[in-house]
Amino acid sequence: MSVVTYQQQAAPILSGPTELREFPDWFHDQQREAWQQFEELPTPTRKDQAWRFANVALLNLAPFKISAPLSEDDRKNVLKYSRGLDQYAGRMIFANAQLIQRDVVSEDLKRRGVIFQPLERAIVEHADLFRKYFMSTEATLGSAKFAALHKALVSSGTFLFVPRGVEIEQPIEIFHWLRHDNMSIFPHLLLVTDELAKVTIIEHFRSCNRTAPGFACGVNDLIAGPGAKVTYVCAQEWASNVIALQMNSTTVDHDASAMSLNLHLGSRYSRFESLSRLIGEGGRSDLLAVAVAKHQQEFDARTLQDHISPHTASDLLYKNALDDRARTIFGGLIRVEPHAHFTDAYQKVRNLLLSDDAEANSMPGLEILADNVRCTHGATSGQIEEDQLFYLRSRGIPTKVAQRLLVTGFLDEVIQRLNHPAIGDHLHRLIEEKFAA
Amino acid sequence: MKTETSAVNIDRSKGDFFYPEAHVRDAGIGLSEKTVHYIADVKEDPDWVREYRLRGLKTFLEKPLPTHWASKDLEAIDFNKIRYYLSPGTEPKRSWEEVPDDIKRTFERLGIPEQERKFLAGVEAQFDSEAVYSNIKKAVGEQGVIFVGSREGLKNYPEIFRKWFGKVIPIADNKFSALNSAVFSGGSFIYVPPGVKVKHPLQAYFRINAENFGQFERTLIIADEGSEVTYMEGCTAPKFNTPTLHSAVVELIALKGAKIQYITVQNWASNVFNLVTKRGLAQENAEVKWIDCNIGSRLTMKYPSVIMKGRKARGEVLSIALANDGQHQDTGAKMIHAADETTSNIVSKSISIGKGRATYRGLVHVPKHLKHCKNNTECDALLINATSRTDTYPAITVRGTGNAVQHEASVSQVSAEQIFYMQQRGLTEAQAMSLSVNGFVNDLVRQFPMEYSVELKRLIELEMEGSVG
Repeated sequence: MSVVTYQQQAAPILSGPTELREFPDWFHDQQREAWQQFEELPTPTRKDQAWRFANVALLNLAPFKISAPLSEDDRKNVLKYSRGLDQYAGRMIFANAQLIQRDVVSEDLKRRGVIFQPLERAIVEHADLFRKYFMSTEATLGSAKFAALHKALVSSGTFLFVPRGVEIEQPIEIFHWLRHDNMSIFPHLLLVTDELAKVTIIEHFRSCNRTAPGFACGVNDLIAGPGAKVTYVCAQEWASNVIALQMNSTTVDHDASAMSLNLHLGSRYSRFESLSRLIGEGGRSDLLAVAVAKHQQEFDARTLQDHISPHTASDLLYKNALDDRARTIFGGLIRVEPHAHFTDAYQKVRNLLLSDDAEANSMPGLEILADNVRCTHGATSGQIEEDQLFYLRSRGIPTKVAQRLLVTGFLDEVIQRLNHPAIGDHLHRLIEEKFAA
Repeated sequence: MKTETSAVNIDRSKGDFFYPEAHVRDAGIGLSEKTVHYIADVKEDPDWVREYRLRGLKTFLEKPLPTHWASKDLEAIDFNKIRYYLSPGTEPKRSWEEVPDDIKRTFERLGIPEQERKFLAGVEAQFDSEAVYSNIKKAVGEQGVIFVGSREGLKNYPEIFRKWFGKVIPIADNKFSALNSAVFSGGSFIYVPPGVKVKHPLQAYFRINAENFGQFERTLIIADEGSEVTYMEGCTAPKFNTPTLHSAVVELIALKGAKIQYITVQNWASNVFNLVTKRGLAQENAEVKWIDCNIGSRLTMKYPSVIMKGRKARGEVLSIALANDGQHQDTGAKMIHAADETTSNIVSKSISIGKGRATYRGLVHVPKHLKHCKNNTECDALLINATSRTDTYPAITVRGTGNAVQHEASVSQVSAEQIFYMQQRGLTEAQAMSLSVNGFVNDLVRQFPMEYSVELKRLIELEMEGSVG
């Protein structure tokens, strides 16, 4: 079968869910319902507060098609290039929304009750657990329409359950690949950790072709049970014509801690919504992001640190380096719900502008409905300090190199906060590659 | 005997009275083309102003309420139940003696005592729609300073008035600027000739006295090259049973090297909707500074702005907002940098008491290819009670290199240690709290003219009463 034939046959995503995949009836029903929701919800406009400054005209979904399997050669190639960390506890590789490889977690972890399955299996084998958490948090940061689209069209993904007290030492690695022009994928990750569990996950988003247009619309639900420790890292390296939307929600129970770091390097337009809900005392959430925006790229980050329970802490640090005609948007909110006293919340966004045509928009927000709190936020926009540049040049470092050093130094603070050398090295490498390109 | 230490002595209880209405002109209730024509007839507007009003009305009716970002409480305003024009039908008075006794009593209770005239360069007081008293010190007049009501300005100085009127805030800027454009009456018109530095502040007073009344004053201040002027306005309204609307438009123009300082102390009753558009234009080397104190009202939406159009122009907003039970102070600032080396500064402090809600909403815009622009924004919020609320919604856009913009905000409460320390020195909890709040705003208040800072502290003390313990 030639690839061309397949691409011609592919249905546009706007024609709605197909029932080709074998899912239980309840799941199909849910998909049809979600599709109806998607059709009913209005398309966002720039006048919507949640989409302020965003170039919503880029969200034309008409060209994108439902993906289908890869050829044998493509499969081999994707597997070959799915290199991330040297060591991992488990691994799943998806290409065009299909699982093409799964490296299962060790027998020991399996015996202790760790479930690491593709979504289509988890739906059947762990229906109760899955249904309880699957898209249980509403997408409230503006993308309800796209969350509905995801729910209607998702066909695979990762389900990871870490039982009480189990600590997975090495990170779990997940790859999502886009192959061919105008394909669409709906990456899904559902992570449920029970009491005192510990896990680190890294997701890689990649395109096979550096310029192929495509569409990615992902949803992640991370549930940190009481006292659990969850680290999530996303390395986004989509091709330069990809439109990507990602809706992340993290629920942090009492004494749990969640840390997320999103690295944005690729895509034409990438919107990343991060909702962090602190529902139990002693919960802590760290939200980190690094974006290197070049050419015409637009990175649109929206965050909500929702302090629902008293005695919770959150800390956000987002850094953007912008070159050429790139744009970034940061719309963040710290919300302290009534009675959520003793909240300690921090939010900081810093933009480094490297060209005269770059544009950084910052909207750091606070909504405080309880009085015994400590909440601070800050936003800065500036450029490379002349003095620093001068210092490096006087040491014989060429201007270009000096600039790059200063930018990486600026971004490094965020990656250091992750405190994970192996992942940190990997992210550094990716940033270097982007600057070298 | 109580001594008057300040020029403007307003507090809630003193403002909470009203006199029987004796309006000669009344545009009736509701808004239609007829209302607009009526106002234009009474005011003997030239044709271009009449047309301007009608365009304002059309725009107002077309524009939706901005509830997609603003408070839904705006929907509580019934525009058909508002009286858009009332006036005693008398010409603005020139001397204090000529002001009718009952109105004089109002102002005396508001704390503009007669002797203060000696200090003040000029007083323009607006009672409902029209200016009832205006006095400008001879010396200022001799310097060529024009300080009159907007109607007189339009009539006697059409060439200056028309050149700048509606240029900084166009009709369609927002729904309420459109409404003001349709039904405006009263307000001040000030022109300061080149190089003239007005030593004493010019003052105006705005007061709503009739129920269901909307007050729509329009102020236009032009400071010609190298001149300096300070303008102060105070606002009050007694408490009526139904909501009242105040929707002013204030335009400031600071030409090359000029300085304008605009000070507002408002103490509206808690059912006034206060929806005001204020914007200044600063040319090369000019400076526009807004000092804004928002106390009272049910909902205040006010974001004083500065467009820095000339090189090295400066903009500044210093604001204090105090939101008590049932009040929402939605205030902030907008800084539009439109030339190189422009600098702006925003310092906002808010205090939320009881179920009060204070919101900071800001906008800083540095467009492409500008160099050496700087903005500094600081927002501090203080929460007094467990049910108090504060929000911060800044929007900052920076394009290109060579500019520095920073925003910082913090939310805190009065530290228990501080209160404890003061209590064990013999103060009551309420006194200690009041002192702490005054300390919180102190560094900002110190920048105000003395009589305003004294007054403001007194107002804050008054608002704090009963909020603790």
